[in-house]
Amino acid sequence: MAVASDTAKTIESATGGDYKYGFVTDIDMDFAPRGLNEDIVRFISAKKNEPDWLLEWRLKSYRRWLTMTEPRWARVRYAAIDYQAAYYYAAPKSTELLDSLDEVDPELLRTYEKLGIPLEEQKMLAGVAVDAVFDSVSVATTYKEKLAEEGIIFCSFSEAVQTQPELVRKYLGSVVPYSDNFYATLNSAVFSDGSFVYIPRGVRCPMELSTYFRINAENTGQFERTLVIADAGSYVSYLEGCTAPMRDENQLHAAVVELVALDDAQIKYSTVQNWYPGDKDGKGGIFNFVTKRGACRGVNSKISWTQIETGSAITWKYPSCILQGDNSVGEFYSVAVTNNHQQADTGTKMIHIGKNTRSTIITKGISAGKGQNTYRGQVKILPGADGARNYTQCDALLIGDQCGGHTIPYIEVRNPTAHVEHEATTSKISDDQLFYCMQRGLSAEDAISMIVNGFCKQVLMELPMEFAVEAQKLLDISLEGSVG
Amino acid sequence: MAKKTPLLEVKDLHVKVEGKNILRGIDLTVKAGEVHAVMGPNGSGKSTLAHVLAGREGYEVTKGGVRFAGSDLLAMAPEERAREGLFLAFQYPVEIPGVSGMNFLKSALNEMRKHRRLPELDAMDFLTLAREKMRLLEIDEKLIQRAVNVGFSGGEKKRNEVFQMAMLEPRLAVLDETDSGLDIDALKIVANGVNSMRSPDRAIILITHYQRLLDYVVPDKVHVLAHGRIAKSGGRKLALELEKKGYGAFGQSAASVAA
Ligand SMILES: Nc1ncnc2c1ncn2[C@@H]1O[C@H](COP(=O)(O)OP(=O)(O)OP(=O)(O)O)[C@@H](O)[C@H]1O
Ligand SMILES: [Mg+2]
Repeated sequence: MAVASDTAKTIESATGGDYKYGFVTDIDMDFAPRGLNEDIVRFISAKKNEPDWLLEWRLKSYRRWLTMTEPRWARVRYAAIDYQAAYYYAAPKSTELLDSLDEVDPELLRTYEKLGIPLEEQKMLAGVAVDAVFDSVSVATTYKEKLAEEGIIFCSFSEAVQTQPELVRKYLGSVVPYSDNFYATLNSAVFSDGSFVYIPRGVRCPMELSTYFRINAENTGQFERTLVIADAGSYVSYLEGCTAPMRDENQLHAAVVELVALDDAQIKYSTVQNWYPGDKDGKGGIFNFVTKRGACRGVNSKISWTQIETGSAITWKYPSCILQGDNSVGEFYSVAVTNNHQQADTGTKMIHIGKNTRSTIITKGISAGKGQNTYRGQVKILPGADGARNYTQCDALLIGDQCGGHTIPYIEVRNPTAHVEHEATTSKISDDQLFYCMQRGLSAEDAISMIVNGFCKQVLMELPMEFAVEAQKLLDISLEGSVG
Repeated sequence: MAKKTPLLEVKDLHVKVEGKNILRGIDLTVKAGEVHAVMGPNGSGKSTLAHVLAGREGYEVTKGGVRFAGSDLLAMAPEERAREGLFLAFQYPVEIPGVSGMNFLKSALNEMRKHRRLPELDAMDFLTLAREKMRLLEIDEKLIQRAVNVGFSGGEKKRNEVFQMAMLEPRLAVLDETDSGLDIDALKIVANGVNSMRSPDRAIILITHYQRLLDYVVPDKVHVLAHGRIAKSGGRKLALELEKKGYGAFGQSAASVAA
């Protein structure tokens, strides 16, 4: 196949032909071989024709990763991950793709249909052959030209490495250092692709930028890397949606997202995460171990995270803000749903460094079935952060009596002028509420959906319109079957 | 003739709650166009009867049955009963945080309309209808825009129940102590609302402790429920009698169940 010979050539050219890749000739070139070692890291880098500094950065990360251990402080339980059993690079081979939607699990199609995803998109998501759908390769970059007129750069990370090497080199790892944590470090070694956004000075990005990441290939770890830079006085709203087909085995997803906002710049980053959560008995599903962090580097800058987390077997995720610039603002709005056997340990970190920095945290955790949902959040006010303010509100909603909702705040205030407020509530959808709704003609599921949407309204309001609609539908779908 | 088929026919209904016999053989027939009052001491089983009719879980029917417009009511799911036109105004309306009254009622009404094969109302038509009923019941629109029953005063909750009834236009409305906790002006307004609902093809069951309500909504029949049975049925005058003499004659006074 063409892919195989291309790859062989790429490797040859990248290595001058003298590097010994025992596997190059005897494996199917759609995947790097199973497992992880320095050769794999070099393979990925070579595949992408990366400059030496980036290969070195990957290798440095890999070596650091070898010395690290998986964090175990999160309130989630799972069997040990065999990192040598996964593939770290995968481009789909055409024979693996299905020929038509008839071959796709009908349950999966039903879900897409409910989401109102168009047929072509359904095919892509379900792994049916459609042009240009590749794991680990590139992202949809619509309207690229229109954006280019404004000087906006929106492209895949791999492309940015080639076309914007200075920007990438300057900012990569500047918010999430290569040594940050086990998963971020692993990502730094083997990241596949992702998005790159640069908004020039004073430009207000005229449209929402959005990306769909996908995991199609089996046993494939997904390690995307996203970097968004908002130069002084600019504004951007970035949307990220995630859907993955059902697989029986757990798949690791360890992404890193770095945001940088310079003086007076604003970044709004919204996520609707619907990775496959596993089946009703907890078999399969994505391990979503993600590091997302934004630096409000400039004065008056603002970073706002909004996340709707309905999927994944396990979510481990703390989108954070480093409020360096004076008067900078960090926001975190979150809805996390756990149904059946899903587990989520998610929250944020707000690190106040500059003067008069402000942060707001609004989280809604919904647990149903045997789901476990933990809010874990840190608010840290450093000595120089005069007049810093934080407001935190964490609400938990329980459906049924076999699930759990937990709130674990860490508050550290090292400046006496700071003002920190924390509120938390836990409520339950009671039988009385359900009966009241049913007496008015609503089905139990519609009643739950209505109550859940009401509970999440504060967060859903933060989403761009089209996303809010999808998010509501997702909430309904992920809570299906939560009443017996 | 269809007119002879009672809207509600409760026959020898026995119900257990948590292993305890609460209803011990209720017989009650209500025809379209009628208003029945059900009175009786605290704990006699009035709300239990209402809940069983509406299909609440946790009640075990051990004997007897209920037909609603000729169908087996007890075989239907609670939301089906509602869609078939059975409405319960709750003695203790439930708070639903985060869900606006408008949104709640619009969804409810459209469920009913779907069931009746009527087109769903859009936001504008719904609002027009809601405003008309709000005027009738002298309800402030702001109250309906708030989350359902959250922070409502006792009287506001009761009035909201009647408003919902007026919107949903049931065939059979069971009002469980909707008059309790109302000031005298509110009582008149609610009574007006109930009277405006009286119609030849609708029946109303008023569960009440006070004959005062019956001054405004004159019932066709009055029943006394005691010890889980209809101990006596009569006309309008029975209520006045009870007001004077209490429930002593039925072997159950409010004091005897206070323990
Ligand atoms: N879930 C339950 N568990 C145990 N006992 C119950 C339950 N529900 C009702 N009961 C009992 O059933 C009896 C009848 O209650 P019900 O609420 O029907 O009375 P009521 O006639 O409506 O009284 P009131 O006039 O005070 O509203 C009471 O003794 C009550 O304690
Ligand atoms: Mg009662």
